Amino acid sequence: MNALLMSRRDAVTLAIFALVVLTMPVWLQPFGAAYPGLMQKFAIYAIFAIGFNILFGLTGYLSFGHAAFLGVGSYTAVWSFKLLTMDALPAIAFAIILSGLLAVVIGYLSLRRSGIYFSILTLAFAQMCYNLAYSVLTPITNGETSLQLNLRDPRIIDSALAPRPAGLPSAGLFGHTFTGLEGFYFCAAALLIAFFIAQKIFASPFGMMLRGIKSNQTRMNYTGFNTRPYALSAFVISGMYAGLAGALLAVTDPLAGAERMQWTASGEVVLMTILGGVGTLIGPVLGAWIIKYFENIFSAFNEQIVSRFFDFLPAGAHEVVTAVASKFVGEGWNLTLGLVFVLIVVFLPGGIMEGVRRIAHLFDKSRRAPKAPAKLSTQPAE
Amino acid sequence: MALLTRRRLLQTGMAGIIGTGIAPMMFTKGAWAQEFCNNPTGDTVTFGFNMPLTGAYADEGADQQRALTLAVEHLNGEGDGGLLPTFSSKSLTGKGVLGKKVAYVTGDDQTKADAGRDSARRMIERDGAIMICGASSSAVAIAEQALCQEMGVIYMAGLTHSNDTTGKDKKRYGFRHFFNAYQSGIALGPVLGEAYGKDRVAYHLTADYTWGWTQEESMKNATEALGWKTIAPVRTPVGAGDFSQYLTPVLNSGADVLILNHYGFDGVNSLTQAVQFGMKDKTVNGKKFEIVLPLVSDLMAKGAGEAMKGVYGTSNWDWQLKDAASAAFTKSFGAKYGQPPSQIAHTSYVQALLYADACERAGTFYPPEVIKALEGFEFDGMGNGPTLYRDTDHQCFKDVLVVQGKEAPANQYDLLDVVATASKDSVTYDPAIFGGELGPDTAAMC
Repeated sequence: MNALLMSRRDAVTLAIFALVVLTMPVWLQPFGAAYPGLMQKFAIYAIFAIGFNILFGLTGYLSFGHAAFLGVGSYTAVWSFKLLTMDALPAIAFAIILSGLLAVVIGYLSLRRSGIYFSILTLAFAQMCYNLAYSVLTPITNGETSLQLNLRDPRIIDSALAPRPAGLPSAGLFGHTFTGLEGFYFCAAALLIAFFIAQKIFASPFGMMLRGIKSNQTRMNYTGFNTRPYALSAFVISGMYAGLAGALLAVTDPLAGAERMQWTASGEVVLMTILGGVGTLIGPVLGAWIIKYFENIFSAFNEQIVSRFFDFLPAGAHEVVTAVASKFVGEGWNLTLGLVFVLIVVFLPGGIMEGVRRIAHLFDKSRRAPKAPAKLSTQPAE
Repeated sequence: MALLTRRRLLQTGMAGIIGTGIAPMMFTKGAWAQEFCNNPTGDTVTFGFNMPLTGAYADEGADQQRALTLAVEHLNGEGDGGLLPTFSSKSLTGKGVLGKKVAYVTGDDQTKADAGRDSARRMIERDGAIMICGASSSAVAIAEQALCQEMGVIYMAGLTHSNDTTGKDKKRYGFRHFFNAYQSGIALGPVLGEAYGKDRVAYHLTADYTWGWTQEESMKNATEALGWKTIAPVRTPVGAGDFSQYLTPVLNSGADVLILNHYGFDGVNSLTQAVQFGMKDKTVNGKKFEIVLPLVSDLMAKGAGEAMKGVYGTSNWDWQLKDAASAAFTKSFGAKYGQPPSQIAHTSYVQALLYADACERAGTFYPPEVIKALEGFEFDGMGNGPTLYRDTDHQCFKDVLVVQGKEAPANQYDLLDVVATASKDSVTYDPAIFGGELGPDTAAMC
């Protein structure tokens, strides 16, 4: 029972978060995002970002190689589907274990340095993993073609329990295959568990220790703490989160490609975290949702849609606005993302969460005298 | 900061249970209650067009989009009708499909399997696409084809040349009009033997994915049958951009022919760089050094410019063919876009029409019936001569063109010369050589 105890504030946050996540199919409807494929991505990348934030937000160690764990998680899960069973749980378990092991190795080596050197080391390891997956380990990963299920896969446990179905099976839970929104609710459940664990870590003495590493590692060392095991644990935990996210990607769509491990994917999770707010619980989740939304919705816009949107404008202005705006959607969605990112970093260095705090503070002030700022700013390591 | 009491835990727990337990039933009911995936109930039917608008094959994707837009226009009776009058099956009338107007949604597959599946999923789950057409990379096509099989949506592949698409990875819901690497090998082999002799040493640079692998294998088999030797092939990443590090060892390897298993921008870059290295003017083993680009398109020839001159390759179709259908399609495409269509434009356009026609002939959109209408379908008047959609592997069989880069182009679009045609019979093979299983045609609910 003790492990489940949490502060009132955390409990309320968790309850509200759960409500928001589980009602996604409703409130995302007006945004055109309420289809399972995208909502699953929302849940999965939120897990990825939460895990990344445990390392970056708490210890200040900026890893540029987290996509490697995501990729390993996906490959492991697909192999579990191919060799053992289509059940999601063993796939997830194997994925978390394997990505955790990889994180121990990479973390042990990379954490000997901090700051920019650490970032470069993780980037180098991730790039190595990507190149291994892309060309060297082609028999295991199927390279650029991506690893997929096959009708002739052994699937030892499944074929022992029941006769083989015709056609490719899809992932499920205890013999029940996910259809429609079930895959999303499965990912949402995983997200809630991941969020709960992150809350516990943030509130624990261990989390405090990690924050200590961020604010001044040298002082921590002088007071007699050996900080490296703590940093390594944080690294491994966030690697396992990434593994879980990778496994869920494979559960919702049993395919694993090497591009999942590319440095752009590592960079994306950094963007998500910074966009949302480093070191906050909700921030990275918001960042993940916004980036995935932009990627999926904005990239599908084309000139006709933009033109229809600006129909109300007079003829001349209409053409100009359409021509300009259409550069920012479709293939150019990265441009919009970059713009939003720059604006946020310049005006809200603490990410979206800082904006939320400022607004909340405004309302606070109008009601009663301002209290001390909610959070003391901390200094990054190095 | 009160600790969570037992009472509070129960309360929050209940909220969670209500959320998880009730919510799914509330919001999914009805959404998937249909006879088959995306059964069109209104007065329109939605096609999903998924092509590479970014990435190494973006040029091809842009032309694909032009052709598919044109196909929708013609199906809805707009424009000049394109291939509808020449098509041997007369069931398409220009009044949409089965009385429903054709609408379409588009997506960017980024030339990546992952992104392609995402995009296809969005079109199926959100936009209600009844059919997905597109792709310009075999990796993407195979990934999307598997997704479509799972979701019970018919997949009409665009440009995919890997043997695996209708071989090892074939699917009941996937159909390919384009030819494949094996057929390229059969068609190109004799021409190469005649032009370059029987005593040659070939060096392969291969795009490192399913298409490159199978084309390399097919070309190796075809050239070794002539008596050529092959030096161990080198694999290159897709979208490498700079191929100089792979090209440097070629001239010292003892090879006198370079076979580039590259497509799109990769093919343009590697060919141009090879020519910049002076390979076309070298003499090795007492013979003139030659470059072969087994799969070539107008768009690549345009991109490579001078470098393409005299280089052999194969094509699915060429706009300069003299038959009535090819002329009609080129005219229709040219009138709208001011340029002749490339082979990917042609194959995508034909695929969209073939699907629409199959629905008309089946009298329904119900996928198992449409699949039956397509399997074993024989047709003509689409620019490739008599064509068969083989039922055992969903591969189309038709003539294959051997082309060569023109030495003296008459205009900027006159780039390839059709130097030989391999007949439909000569490129027909036993489906068993590639294995694979089509799987069931049971309609899914997506």
